[in-house]
Amino acid sequence: MNKILLIIGREYLTRVRKKSFIILTIVVPLLIMLMYGGIFALVVKGDELSGPRNVIVIDESGVFKNKLKEDKTVKFSYLDGTIEDAKKIVKSGDNAYLLYIPKFEGYQPHNIELMSKKQAGLGFSSNIENQLENVIRDKKLTEAGIEQKVLDNLKTTVSIDTKKLTDKGEEAGSSGAAFGVGMAASILIYMFIFLYGVQVMRGVIEEKTNRIIEVIISSVRPFQLMMGKIIGVALVGLTQFLLWVILTFTIGSIAMKALVPEDTKNKIEQMQKNPGGMSKATQQADNPAAKVFEALNTVPLGLILGSFIFYFLGGYLLYSAIFAAIGSAVDNETETQQFMMPVTIPLIFAFIFSVNFVVNNPDSPISFWMSMIPFFSPVVMMVRIPYGVAPWELALSMALLVAGFFGTVWLAARIYRTGILMYGKKASWKELGKWLFYR
Amino acid sequence: MLSIRNIVKQYANHTALSGVSIEIEKGSVFGLLGPNGAGKTSLIRIINQITAPDSGEIYFNGERLSQKHISKIGYLPEERGLYKKMEIGEQVLYLAQLKDLSRSEALSRAKYWFEKLEIQDWWHKKVEELSKGMQQKVQFVATVMHKPDLLILDEPFSGFDPINVDIITREILELNKQGTTIIFSTHRMESVEELCDSIALINKSHKILDGRVKEIRYNYRSNSYKVSYKGNLPYLNGSANNIYDQLNHSADDLHQHITVKLKNEHSANDLLKFLLPHINIEGLEEIIPSMHDIFISKVKETGGILPAELQ
Repeated sequence: MNKILLIIGREYLTRVRKKSFIILTIVVPLLIMLMYGGIFALVVKGDELSGPRNVIVIDESGVFKNKLKEDKTVKFSYLDGTIEDAKKIVKSGDNAYLLYIPKFEGYQPHNIELMSKKQAGLGFSSNIENQLENVIRDKKLTEAGIEQKVLDNLKTTVSIDTKKLTDKGEEAGSSGAAFGVGMAASILIYMFIFLYGVQVMRGVIEEKTNRIIEVIISSVRPFQLMMGKIIGVALVGLTQFLLWVILTFTIGSIAMKALVPEDTKNKIEQMQKNPGGMSKATQQADNPAAKVFEALNTVPLGLILGSFIFYFLGGYLLYSAIFAAIGSAVDNETETQQFMMPVTIPLIFAFIFSVNFVVNNPDSPISFWMSMIPFFSPVVMMVRIPYGVAPWELALSMALLVAGFFGTVWLAARIYRTGILMYGKKASWKELGKWLFYR
Repeated sequence: MLSIRNIVKQYANHTALSGVSIEIEKGSVFGLLGPNGAGKTSLIRIINQITAPDSGEIYFNGERLSQKHISKIGYLPEERGLYKKMEIGEQVLYLAQLKDLSRSEALSRAKYWFEKLEIQDWWHKKVEELSKGMQQKVQFVATVMHKPDLLILDEPFSGFDPINVDIITREILELNKQGTTIIFSTHRMESVEELCDSIALINKSHKILDGRVKEIRYNYRSNSYKVSYKGNLPYLNGSANNIYDQLNHSADDLHQHITVKLKNEHSANDLLKFLLPHINIEGLEEIIPSMHDIFISKVKETGGILPAELQ
């Protein structure tokens, strides 16, 4: 036991002291903050940053005059002059656009052009397309004898509030939030397994190529060395993760104080304190930030955090044991490929499957079985949990993961203790099988 | 000290050891000899409990070998190395602690050895900054830090430069004087005769010879003598001579020499009687075979493949 602690200590300290670890630990929170800042700027300020787009409309057909709707992002002005005059104006202004609609017969306009100094954004041009289509549709309908009043009534906006029925009564649920939280957890686990599983493998290969392995295992059992390495690297991962969270929050709050003006800050604080009331009180239903906060409240965060740590560690331990066995079977990293494929495929499969299927069908039988099989469950189950999973399912999945972990560690250890002493010949799958049965 | 009894070890495609038994005396320097692939390393790994035998037992000071003996054994494997990016001092301490030494104890022993081998300045260097020879010294220190009762050295001098071979040999012999039992595993014979008290020769998974070096050499005498003389000795082979066969003749400024192999249980006295009428004898010396010769003839006898440098 004492020796395992020594090994864990060495594995942990040598990695944490590395420059690459320190750099990664500092850079990632900065990147997160930059990303967050970017999103924040978009959410709070939106298109106000650049002011409204001025669209000069030359409408030779006369169909659209004064019928295009303006909002804070776009203003229309209708010009009777020639195209050439309009072009000059557009060229001189940064935020000016020219919408040219030639004369057309019937209801089918042709060769409509949107001109500007810069390429118009996709969202902007499709917005204008929609508006034009709506105007023509309205025109068709009125000419078919339907009154404007009826037309106004036709427009309905529908948004569904999903609610879960639980013992406590109705709970507001949000598929969007469940989706977001589940995906984030699933992606983190997927990345963690890969990043740190491969680190374990590299560590094993390093000991083999350095030829120190035989010195070490004359002092400790191969199993101790393997577990020490796996646990040591896991602690490195957890440390890094923890530092990221702490640094992100620290840098975030400092940046918030320094950069964000007072009134916006109040708005955000209000949002954070009282996310539910906020949207009702201000009736700013279209404020996306408020919606996100409200939705997040509907997700059982305690349960998610707990199971996240469990699947995070369980999945890592399961896969890193296999990575250790692979590392032991090869002489250098380029040889790992033939073994990596069959190991990474279940992981990638589980991930793709979660993104494309489980999020839409969290309770289908396939999703259920996938979340039971240890090789898939860490990724799949994390997507299912925010939607609500029966306690027995969660317990069974966790128990199976633990059993799977012990099973793989046992098998991996048998391959490992033979593999680390094999030099020079490339091991085949058949040989790995034989190693399992050596004494 | 170490009693190896009937060890069998089989791998999927070949047998590494078939029923090998060896006794190693306390305080001796023991040579484990054999060509490459004979099974030496397999046996050493079993003694170090890196792998387990299929059958057979090993006793360490009368006790069945178990995990608790690990800290009493020091092992310098043939495939050896150190962590490249770790500081020397830290590394040596780590390896010693894995052998159950406390950190403070390890620190004082490390200081002792670093001073002894005059490598104190290297404490904070990383292995990758050291030359090969420097690394070998560090490796040796790491092996003996915990004062093992039994020191196992697998091909200890392969890759060592001659200066380091001398330094390390001196240290090994000093440890032996202090009571450490030493096992040398090697296919190089030159080091064996001067260092080892006893040897075992392994070939193709079988032990084919063991015993004290002097006795083995004595037993492998072929009744051959080297005679130095003055005068003219007629060539007396064939029917004219039922005493000896002449193997070799040479001459220098002063003397002539012949090497002869006696026939039919004749003794050195018979040889002298036969030669006296012809020449003035200046010297007579029995030829005792070197371990090298015994090794080669034994390996050939049992159908082994000789290492290239011995052929």
